[in-house]
Amino acid sequence: MPVIDLAATVNGVRIDDDFAEAFPMSGTAIQITAINEKWALEAATKMTGFATSVIACGCEGGIERVLSPDETYDGRPGVRVLFFGFDSGGLEKQVTTRLGQCILTCPTAACYADYEAETTIELGSAIRYFSDGFQVSKKFAGKHFWRMPVMEGEFLCEAKVGYTAESVGGGNLLIMARDVRGALAASEAAVEAMKAVPDVIMPFPGGIVRSGSKLGGKYPGMMASSNDAYCPTLRGATQSKLDDDIGSVLEIVIDGLTAKAVSDAMRAGIKAICDLGSERGALRIGAGNYGGGLGPHHFALKELLP
Amino acid sequence: MSALTFRLKGEPEERIDCSSLVPHHLANFSPAEIARLPVGTTKRGLLVGDVFEVSRNDAGEIRFEGGSGRLDRIGQAMQGGVIRVAGPAGFRFGRAMTGGELHAEGSVGDLCGSAMAGGRITVGGDCGARLGGPDAGEMKGMSGGTIHVKGNAGERAADRMRRGSVLVGGDCGKDAFSRMIAGTVVVKGKAHGVPGRLMKRGTIVLMGGAERYAPTFVDAGVHDLLVLKLMAKALGEVFGVVPFDGSPMRKISGDTAILGLGEIYVPA
Repeated sequence: MPVIDLAATVNGVRIDDDFAEAFPMSGTAIQITAINEKWALEAATKMTGFATSVIACGCEGGIERVLSPDETYDGRPGVRVLFFGFDSGGLEKQVTTRLGQCILTCPTAACYADYEAETTIELGSAIRYFSDGFQVSKKFAGKHFWRMPVMEGEFLCEAKVGYTAESVGGGNLLIMARDVRGALAASEAAVEAMKAVPDVIMPFPGGIVRSGSKLGGKYPGMMASSNDAYCPTLRGATQSKLDDDIGSVLEIVIDGLTAKAVSDAMRAGIKAICDLGSERGALRIGAGNYGGGLGPHHFALKELLP
Repeated sequence: MSALTFRLKGEPEERIDCSSLVPHHLANFSPAEIARLPVGTTKRGLLVGDVFEVSRNDAGEIRFEGGSGRLDRIGQAMQGGVIRVAGPAGFRFGRAMTGGELHAEGSVGDLCGSAMAGGRITVGGDCGARLGGPDAGEMKGMSGGTIHVKGNAGERAADRMRRGSVLVGGDCGKDAFSRMIAGTVVVKGKAHGVPGRLMKRGTIVLMGGAERYAPTFVDAGVHDLLVLKLMAKALGEVFGVVPFDGSPMRKISGDTAILGLGEIYVPA
């Protein structure tokens, strides 16, 4: 008997008749450029460090993709980075703090807005005071920049960036396999497929999280604790949701600037896992939810079948 | 639709105040009403119909056929639409405009774009003194918009300029950019006199350099700045072409007699 009803079986991969429950977040996108791709990635990697979960990190962030010079505002190699927070205030605090510590400090890096909206949060406007009165405001072509003299020369940063409160955080897939090798192979294939979808990030290491969580816990003050129902070593000791053939579970969490971007990424991930097949990858795909009463965005797996 | 056209009957015998002949003001007027608008500046009380033949169609675009250096205040305080002058124009061309496009094929007089806050001015010839500057008693010059003078600019161009972009295709007269507060000016030719006296901030690109700099300006060296590349690209899109390409330039900082955060860039 399956633990959860089946929606379909594709290439030997069982897909649960279940849904991912996701939440509204405030999200934004910025463009980081540098003298070459190495330094653009260096800046972006630093800026998006320790940004896996908004609960403990204050925001969720990641590199959406590497940009070619003809895609960037200044014609240099660049990276598009997305950030998500509970609200615009929290988002702004995280983005500007990281901007000041990781982009301002990075040789040759510049920073531009890459999301247009009526509602904005500060970028360069928040950190310009580092220049101690020598900062220069420059407006041209409908854009507002702050030029900040630094020891290297000058740091150029757009003053503000748009954000959307319609972002979605917490789209997810649970990838269940015989062992960790199979779970990892399927998860890696899914993440690679998801990277081709615009406006999404998978904020955990390599896009994958091994310690999926449930809300709350037995200890006071815990906002989240181990998702014991999906821990294979706890089968028998807890109300397990794992079949007997499942020996390892990994999760991919997806944040997107729109609900459609999240569902597109989930669809791409499911297809990649199914294409890999049950022999080399996952036996089963599930999704995490809290019964549907908490998050307004529900992504039913059966609606995302390949 | 064709433009609302003011065809000049002959060289005016007095200076003409054209400030009422802007799109937002004429939108609801009939041709007869337009012809009765006062434009004279003496006790003779000249009306539009005394000076121009008016043919009306779309007030969103206005054409002056046959310009004159005596046609003052064309486009003054215009908020939108387009005005084209097939010839020269007088003083205060586009003064205090906030939007729209204003084009003159010939030269214009003093205070072109004075205290403008938005919109776009193009002058095919030269302009007089205080391009984009303040009028008497005002604290600041232009605070937005763009001005492209294809010829030379007169004395004190961009005086007390606060914001916006100016491109001068020729030279600037004596003591340009004086008391500049901010904004961007690009000059293809040379700045005569002593440019930038008492400027606080602002960016000036002088491709032909300056006659001389005040002793309170200092050479800050040659710099390869990203903002110069972006400005060259962005201003090129606004003006069609700009005389610099973002290559490294020498920075002259000033005026250190006051704040000293102004910058003049000249070829390295």
